[in-house]
Amino acid sequence: MTLKILFRTLLACFILVFAAPSFAQQGDPKPLIDALAKADFGEAEKLLGQIAATGDTRVVPALDAFSNGDLYFRKSDNAVFIGKTAGSGFDLIDPLTGASAGQAAKNAVTKIKINNNLRRVIRSAMGGLTLLSPDRTVRLSAADAVLRSPSPENLELVEAALAKEADKEVKARMEEARAVSVLSSDRSVDEKRGAIQTIKNLGGRNALGILSGVSGSIDPSLKPDLDAAISAIESEQQLWDMVQNVWYGLSLGSVLLLAAIGLAITFGVMGIINMAHGEMVMLGAYSTFVVQQVIRESAPGLFDWSLAIALPIAFLVTGAVGFVIERGVIRFLYGRPLETLLATWGASLILQQTIRSIFGPTNQEVGNPSWMSGSFPVGGMTITWNRMWIILFSLTIFVALLVVMKKSAYGLNMRAVTQNRRMASSMGIKTPWVDALTFALGSGIAGIAGVALSQIDNVSPNLGQSYIIDSFMVVVFGGVGNLWGTLVGALSLGVLNKFLEPSVGAVLGKILVLVLIILFIQKRPRGLFALKGRAVEA
Amino acid sequence: MIASFILRALEGKIVVAVAILLGVAILVPALNLLTPPDSALHIPTYAMALFGKYLCYALLALALDLVWGYCGILSLGHGAFFALGGYAMGMYLMRQIGSRGVYGNPILPDFMVFLNWKELPWFWHGFDWFVFAMAMVLLVPGLLAFVFGWFAFRSRVNGVYLSIITQAMTYALMLAFFRNDMGFGGNNGLTDFKDILGFPVQADGTRAVLFAMSAIMLSLCLVVASAITRSKFGKVLVGVRDAESRVRFLGFRVENIKLFTFVVSAMFAGIAGALFVPQVGIINPGEFAPANSIEVVVWTAVGGRGTLIGPIIGAVLVNGGKSFFTGAFPEFWLFALGGLFIAVTLFLPKGIVGTIQHGYRTRKAHKAAAEAEKGRDAPASIAQAAE
Repeated sequence: MTLKILFRTLLACFILVFAAPSFAQQGDPKPLIDALAKADFGEAEKLLGQIAATGDTRVVPALDAFSNGDLYFRKSDNAVFIGKTAGSGFDLIDPLTGASAGQAAKNAVTKIKINNNLRRVIRSAMGGLTLLSPDRTVRLSAADAVLRSPSPENLELVEAALAKEADKEVKARMEEARAVSVLSSDRSVDEKRGAIQTIKNLGGRNALGILSGVSGSIDPSLKPDLDAAISAIESEQQLWDMVQNVWYGLSLGSVLLLAAIGLAITFGVMGIINMAHGEMVMLGAYSTFVVQQVIRESAPGLFDWSLAIALPIAFLVTGAVGFVIERGVIRFLYGRPLETLLATWGASLILQQTIRSIFGPTNQEVGNPSWMSGSFPVGGMTITWNRMWIILFSLTIFVALLVVMKKSAYGLNMRAVTQNRRMASSMGIKTPWVDALTFALGSGIAGIAGVALSQIDNVSPNLGQSYIIDSFMVVVFGGVGNLWGTLVGALSLGVLNKFLEPSVGAVLGKILVLVLIILFIQKRPRGLFALKGRAVEA
Repeated sequence: MIASFILRALEGKIVVAVAILLGVAILVPALNLLTPPDSALHIPTYAMALFGKYLCYALLALALDLVWGYCGILSLGHGAFFALGGYAMGMYLMRQIGSRGVYGNPILPDFMVFLNWKELPWFWHGFDWFVFAMAMVLLVPGLLAFVFGWFAFRSRVNGVYLSIITQAMTYALMLAFFRNDMGFGGNNGLTDFKDILGFPVQADGTRAVLFAMSAIMLSLCLVVASAITRSKFGKVLVGVRDAESRVRFLGFRVENIKLFTFVVSAMFAGIAGALFVPQVGIINPGEFAPANSIEVVVWTAVGGRGTLIGPIIGAVLVNGGKSFFTGAFPEFWLFALGGLFIAVTLFLPKGIVGTIQHGYRTRKAHKAAAEAEKGRDAPASIAQAAE
């Protein structure tokens, strides 16, 4: 009974949404409804047929009211209204528009009589109006409504609609709706068995709910089929949950990768404990903010391009800051790694306070371009575009960096300097220059990461601090001096985090990951992919 | 000859430092309690509390100096030991509130009543007993340092890696203590203390005693640290710092040496935390923040690592500067601190005390060389005289 009410309300909702004047109208239903006032049961049945034939969905509330016995006609002019008891009289509502049509005394209106035969006719007319609606979306929604609240009474209707349906998607939905209705009807066991199969193929939590809902009342001979279907859906659900976890993990991993990849150069390759790394990310995010501000004020049409414009700017800004830090401070500290830690921490405090003095301590609003928002479904899960782009972006940066390191002349110089500084110097490589450029490159990459992270995190002067520890963890876990290690480290830490999260919660998951890393370092002090050979001893 | 000279000078320095500290421990509370408020010599209570806080920081810096300056272990997680000691003291103080809390529960602290807990978690038992709580102030940081160090030093996790995992340790602890489920007051930490050993925490007399205790504990720890570093063991310690592999090849168990020093240092930090909490009146997970631990490194570096006295001077100077700057020019404090980090690493790698000591030593060495020159002449003249 409650399902029926739900169904009606849903139908009514659709009417409100879809009752647009653009509907193809095959005649005005108003005179037909008014004619109901003086019709006997036989005539009323014919009239109902004609009303349904108009295909005008606006009549649904009137039909609904009729079947509930809420349809009245005014004795003075035989006009038909939906009546609602109000005090001693009735509130009259226009049957088509739903507009108020004043009040009437109790004796001024008469109820239009209804019997069960007419109710059946009305029901099929109503279902026909929506399931048979010329509008594809209305049909789809009607099928969805049946799917969500199946009742055996709708079965014939659905089957009738199914026979006429041409659209593939709607047809599939109606098939499912039919299967759901079959289960709760008194149809034959074979038909029900087929229905179980259809619902099983439908999958998802909804199907699981339907199947477990009927498991108590179903014919015992169907029980094995039902249980098999339920467990099949459940295992599919588990699979999708797993896929979802992996996806979230990769998404988190790509954020970690972005945050850590610059550090993989400054710390991993150069051996500088660059505590100002997080501030480089922050500077990148603020560059994005400034670019967006300028675009908003001078060329709002370019907003979708703001990130593309911000990328080179962020790279140059943070690269330049990195260059200055290297030339000004770090070059005096080579060979004293623990002291680079102090100096760069000092630099990070100064950068933070500078940004705080210029932009204020509050979060800045960085907008998402239109192509970053929204989502799309894949199987049993939803993928948001911004996560998708960030994964792709982080991998692109990784590959680009790998190419620079392995294929370019500059990369060759860089590797030569890190492996054997004096020999490289003897071969004519300007080692101070290479040092400065490498630090600038690492900082610039951090800045680019900041552009991406500005899309998913709060842009505030403290942005960098939240990434610095994670970044170090990733680089140390992956293995210092190895870009692949950083990639694998970031992604595996991301996935591990997301797999721990459902069972122990986000914070505890993070704590566990930290503890695991600490333990892992004991086992492999040089990380996942340790550099081998004499370079380690240096 | 020269070595013993310097050693004696060092010893003298420690004695002077201890004497000054003990003098401060008596003088400051006396000036606070015994002089009238309008007297020129009067030290207001807030100043005493502030200075007491510096002394706790100084003890923390001393603890770090023991491992960093003498053993080469740059711990970025000493704030964790400090905070753990503080929490142990905080738990004792919470239990002392008794039924005077907002909810008036005689056993459960307010935050537990608020979280609808029915009974005291097991790890809170015993903290109503002062001696037990003080034992925990030493044991909890010590145990953590032991377990952590036992793993880390045995696997020969060194240098940068060790620094980073100590940082991860304090970060993980911070996250853990932020959780309400941990049973340590979550975000708000432990506060609203009423009394300690029956004396009201806020009273001037109690504060004076706490101040004196801070100075006394600091000088005690200074003497212990000095004894450790000046013993034979201390020489091996410096050996580990400067050439770990060689010391290992000589047959010393480097990991045990490191572990012992690390644990002692963690206990010092725990004591500092325990003295800190009643004087500031609160302990919360923010104390675990990695940035705090890094700041301790700066105090030590500014004062001069490997000097024991230096970190004390560094901590007092930097924190005094912080109090001054955050009051006078709040915008510039981070600039000043950041600049200090860079300036010290670039221009003062030995720190204040280290630089002075270095200058002193070079002068002594010059003098000694001159003496030796004379000495070589002297036998010659004697020989001549004999002839």
